[in-house]
Amino acid sequence: MKPFAYHQPDQIPDAAKLLTTIEDSKLVAGGMTLIPTLKQRLASPPALVDLSKLGSLKGITDDGATITIGAMTPHAVVAASKLVQTKIPGLAALASMIGDPAVRSRGTIGGSVANNDPAADYPAGVLGLGATVITSTREIAADKFFLGLFETALEPGEIITAIRFPVPLKAGYAKFKAPASRYALVGMFVAKFADAVRVAVTGAGPGVFRVPPMEAALSENFEPSAIAAIKIDNDGLTSDIHAEADYRAHLVTVMAKRAVDAALS
Amino acid sequence: MSNVIGIGASPKRKEDQRFLTGRGNYVSDIKRPGMTAGVFVRSPHGHAVLRGIDKAAALASPGVIAVLAGEDTAADKLGSLPCGWGISDAKGVPMKEPPFPMLAQGKVRFVGDMVAFVIAETPEQANAGAELLKIDYEVLPSVVGVLEAVRPGAPQLFDDVPNNICCDWELGDKAAVETAFRKAAHVAKLSLVNNRLIGNPMEPRAAIAEYEPGTDRFTLWTTSQFPHVVRFLMGALVLNIPQHKLRVVAPDVGGGFGVKQFHYGEEAVITWAAKRVKRPVKWVASRSEGYVSDRHGRDHVTEAELALDENGKFLAFRVNTLANMGGYLSTFGPNIPTNLYGPLLGGVYTTPAIYCNVKVVFTNTVPVDAYRGAGRPEATFVLERIVDVAASEMGIDRVEIRRRNMIPKEAYPYQTPVLVQYDCGDPMGCLDGALVAADVKDFGVRKAASASKGKFRGLGYSTYVEACGLAPSRFAGRLGARGGLYESATVRVHPTGQVTVMIGTHNHGQGHETTFAQIVSDKLGVAFENVDIVFGDTDRVQFGMGTYGSRSLVVGGAALSKATDKVIAKGKKIASHLLEAAEVDIHFESGKFSVAGTDRMKTFEEIAGAAYVPHNYPLEVLEPGLEEQAYYDPVNFTYPGGCHIAEVEVDPETGTVTLVNYTAVDDVGTVINPMIVEGQLHGGIVQGVGQALFENAVYDEGSGQLLSGSLMDYCMPRADHLPMMKVATHSTLCTHTPMGVKGCGEVGTIGSPAAVINAVVDALSHLGVTHVDMPATPNRIWRLLQNASLPVAAE
Ligand SMILES: Cc1cc2nc3c(=O)[nH]c(=O)nc-3n(C[C@H](O)[C@H](O)[C@H](O)COP(=O)(O)OP(=O)(O)OC[C@H]3O[C@@H](n4cnc5c(N)ncnc54)[C@H](O)[C@@H]3O)c2cc1C
Repeated sequence: MKPFAYHQPDQIPDAAKLLTTIEDSKLVAGGMTLIPTLKQRLASPPALVDLSKLGSLKGITDDGATITIGAMTPHAVVAASKLVQTKIPGLAALASMIGDPAVRSRGTIGGSVANNDPAADYPAGVLGLGATVITSTREIAADKFFLGLFETALEPGEIITAIRFPVPLKAGYAKFKAPASRYALVGMFVAKFADAVRVAVTGAGPGVFRVPPMEAALSENFEPSAIAAIKIDNDGLTSDIHAEADYRAHLVTVMAKRAVDAALS
Repeated sequence: MSNVIGIGASPKRKEDQRFLTGRGNYVSDIKRPGMTAGVFVRSPHGHAVLRGIDKAAALASPGVIAVLAGEDTAADKLGSLPCGWGISDAKGVPMKEPPFPMLAQGKVRFVGDMVAFVIAETPEQANAGAELLKIDYEVLPSVVGVLEAVRPGAPQLFDDVPNNICCDWELGDKAAVETAFRKAAHVAKLSLVNNRLIGNPMEPRAAIAEYEPGTDRFTLWTTSQFPHVVRFLMGALVLNIPQHKLRVVAPDVGGGFGVKQFHYGEEAVITWAAKRVKRPVKWVASRSEGYVSDRHGRDHVTEAELALDENGKFLAFRVNTLANMGGYLSTFGPNIPTNLYGPLLGGVYTTPAIYCNVKVVFTNTVPVDAYRGAGRPEATFVLERIVDVAASEMGIDRVEIRRRNMIPKEAYPYQTPVLVQYDCGDPMGCLDGALVAADVKDFGVRKAASASKGKFRGLGYSTYVEACGLAPSRFAGRLGARGGLYESATVRVHPTGQVTVMIGTHNHGQGHETTFAQIVSDKLGVAFENVDIVFGDTDRVQFGMGTYGSRSLVVGGAALSKATDKVIAKGKKIASHLLEAAEVDIHFESGKFSVAGTDRMKTFEEIAGAAYVPHNYPLEVLEPGLEEQAYYDPVNFTYPGGCHIAEVEVDPETGTVTLVNYTAVDDVGTVINPMIVEGQLHGGIVQGVGQALFENAVYDEGSGQLLSGSLMDYCMPRADHLPMMKVATHSTLCTHTPMGVKGCGEVGTIGSPAAVINAVVDALSHLGVTHVDMPATPNRIWRLLQNASLPVAAE
C-alpha cells in the first residue's frame, strides 16, 4: 500500500468538494473492495475520503410504497432488517448471501452499487426492483445507472447517498455461487409488481442486465414453469475457468425458476 | 506417579495454549535490531530471455539499500539449488538435471521465477524500489501442459533437455505384464488427469537472515519443515557456508503440507544478502506470491490398463504417466511421481504383474514437488478408479471385485511385484468395518429419497494402502536418494527429574509436542507436564531430517523411544550402584527402579538427582549425567491404509456435487493420541475432498499465466462443503517400528479422492458416465450430462 492522505468529512458537500479538488482521490465506504486493491498496489489514490462520518447515509426508512436504504448501510444490517424482511424479503435474502460475515459487516450497499462488479449481488436487486439511485446531485433510475463492466452513470465527484426501492408484490433472489469467490456465477432477481414483472441477471455477463422474454412470460403466469423453456443466448456471456458461457446461459434459466420459487414461498 | 498421560490417552494439546491465545512465535513475529525489508521481483512471463536489468532507478529510490540479481550470484560463484534425488531411466541413464539458479540467469522459466531481490529500510520502500527496476525480457512462447510439452515443436525450456523430458523412468516387469494382457479375459482402460494443486498452508512463507561478523556466523529463521536439511543443502551446496557457522531456525510454522519441506531460493538469497548488506533482512510472502512460488503438487496425465481373468481376478496392471515437474527440479521433485508412485500401484491387491512408465517433464510452471500424500494419492486414484471401471464393465459388484483380489490378512508379510513388501495389514477388516459404519445396506433407501427430489445419489469406495514413515535409507539410496532418511532424538533428564527432548522432526500443527510427551510420560513414568519437546533449531537440536511423509512419529518417535530406553538402561546402572544390587536385578516400572524381590527402590527423580551428584560414583564404569541420544533408521516403510466410503448427491440441473456422508476406517497401527489421529484423518480427508471436488491450479497455455492465482479463483474446501465425517481405526500393529505405529498424517488425503470420484461416477452411471476428472466442478458435471447418452431427468 502506498501512502495516502485521509479525510473524514461530516457533510456531504465537503466530501464532494474534497473529491473534486484532490485529483484521483477516492471515496472509501466499507473498504472491502477498495482496500485490497490498495494493498496489491493496483491503485494508489493520493487521498481517501471516508464516508463513515456522514450519518445521513446510514439507516433504512419506510416510505410506504418504497423503502430507502442509506448508501453506508452494511449488508448485514439490510439482511437483518425486519422492515426489509417484511416488505422485500428477496432483498434481505440477497444481502444475506453476500460474501461472509466479515464482508457483510463492513461492505455497504453504496459501495457495492458504485463499484458495479459484474458478479456482485446488489446490482441484480437494484435493477430487478427498478430502484432509484439517489446521489449528492440527482436521482438516477436503475435502468440508466449500470453501464457495463465496473461502469456506472456516476460523474466524477458524485456520491451515492441512498437507494430507493419500490415495494413489489413479490420478489425473490436465487444465487449460484462461484465456487471459490462465492460471488454470483449467476444471480437472478425477479420482482412482480401490479403492472409488470422485472427479471435481472448478475454474474453471467460483463454487467447486470434484464431478460425481457422472461419478464413477458412471467407477466402472463408468475410460475417457474412459465420460463422453463426460455433460454438466453450464450453470445456476450462470460467464459472463464469456472464456467463457460453456455453453462452460464443454462444457469440463467435454472436460477430464474428458483428465484420465482423463492418469490412464491 | 501422578499425571502420567501415556499411550492411548487424548490430553488436550500442549501447543494449543500458545497457538490459541495468540502467543505463537512465527517468523513474521520476529524482529531483529537494524532489520531491513526485502522483496523479490518475479518474472511476469512464463518463458522469456532475460536480456538485462537496469538497477539505477531502483537504487536511487528512497530507502533502497541494495538490488541483487542473477549476475551478482554468479560473480559470488554461488551454487545452484540442489535436487535431493537423482533418478535414472531403464538403461541407467541419469535424469537431466539443469541448474536451478536462485536468481534467474539468462532465462526465466515460469511466472514467479525470481529475477531480483530489492532490500530497503521498509517493505513499502522495497516495493516502491522494485517497481522501478527495468527488466528487459524477450518473451518466448510457454508450454504448461505435459501433453503439449512432449510434442514435437513444443517450446524447449532447456537447450540440452530434448522434448522437455527430464527422465523416462520405469518400474516393473514389462514382459510379464504383456504376457498377462495377452491371456486376459477382459482389459479395462482408463485415461485420467490428476489435477495440479496448490498447498495453501495458513501461514505464507517467510524468512529472516542475519550475519554476525564477530563470530562469522549466519542465522536463518525460516518457515521450514526441515531446518537441518536446509542448513546442509544451503550451507554445503549453495552458499558454501561451513555447517558450524550456520544456524537455521524454524520456529512456530503455520502449516506446511509439503510446501515448506524444500530448500527454496528465497532462503539462499536472503542469507547471502544479509552478509552483503551487513544487516538483518526480512522477507514475508504475500499469499499471491505464494501461489506463484510455493511448490505445487500432483499434475499427471495417465493412461492405465488392467487385465483380468473371467472371474475378475487382476492379472496385470500397466500404467503410463506424464508427470509435470514445472520449470526446474525442486528438492524432492523427481522422486514424487516415480518412487512414491510406482511402488504403490499394487494397492491392497494380489496383482501379480505390474509395469509403470513415468515420463518426468519440464514445463513453464512453478516447480512441482511433494504435497500431502505425494505420489501416493495419484497412485491410489489410478488404481481405485480402474478397479471400479473394470467392475462395471464386467458386471461385478464393486465391493465383490475388491474382495476377490484383496491380500488376505494371513498372507502378510506380502511381497508386491513393485519393490515394496507390506509387513502387515487387514484390508478386508477395514472394508467390513466401513461397510457397517457407512450403513451401506440402506443406501438404496437414501438413493430413492434423493431421486424423489430429482437428485442422483452415489456411493464410492476406496480400499487403499500407502507407504510412509520415510524412509529406510538403504532402500531410498538404491532408488536415488542423495541423503539418509533416519531421525534423531535426545532425551535430557534434568537433576530434578523433568525432561527436555530435542528431536529432529518439526511440529507445524500436527501435535508432536503432545504425542511425543505422551511417549516419554508413558515410558519413563514422568508427569506429562514435566516433558517439553524442543525442535526446529539447528543450534539446539543435534540433527534431523524433519517432518514430511508421515515420518515424525514413525521415525522420530522411534528414535525417541530408543533414546528413552537408553535413559532407562543408564538409570538402572545408577540404581544398581545406589541400591547395591546387581544391574540385572534392577527393574524399572511406573517411574520406579526397584531391586527384584525386595521393597528397596528409588524413584525416577531420585535417580535423576543422583546422576548429577556423583560423590561416590564408580567413575570408571559409570559416567555422571542422565542424557541419551538415539538415531533410528527404519528397516522398511510402514503401510497404513484402510477403506473410505463417500456418498454424494448430484443436482442434475446445476451439476453441483454435494458430499453428504463420509466414512473412513483406517489402519494406522498403534494410536498414541486418538484425538490427534482423528484430527489428522479429518484434515487429510478434507484435503483429498478438496482435490476431488474443488481445487485446481490452472495455467494459460501459451502465456504461462496462472489463471487460478488467488483464493478468489482457487477453491479451497470449506466447512459448509463437508458433512460430519465418521472416522475410526482398525489397526494391525506394525511389525518393525518400536511401538507398532504406522503414521497417519497423509492417509486421509491418499484414500479420499478416489472414494469421492467413484461416488460421483456411481451417481451418474445410469447415464452412461464412466469417468469424471477432478475437480468434479458443477460446470464439468453439467457438461458431462449434456453429452451423456440418456436425457437428464428434469425436476
Ligand atoms: C471476501 C469478499 C467476498 C465478497 N463477496 C461478495 C459477494 O458474494 N457478493 C457481492 O456482491 N459482493 C461481494 N463482495 C464485495 C462486497 O460486497 C463489498 O463490500 C462491495 O463490493 C463494496 O462495498 P464497500 O462498502 O466495501 O466499498 P469500498 O470498497 O469502500 O468502495 C468500493 C468502490 O465504490 C466507491 N464508493 C463507495 N461508496 C460510494 C458511494 N457512496 N458513492 C460513490 N462511490 C462510492 C469507492 O470509491 C470504491 O471505488 C465481497 C468482498 C470480499 C472482500
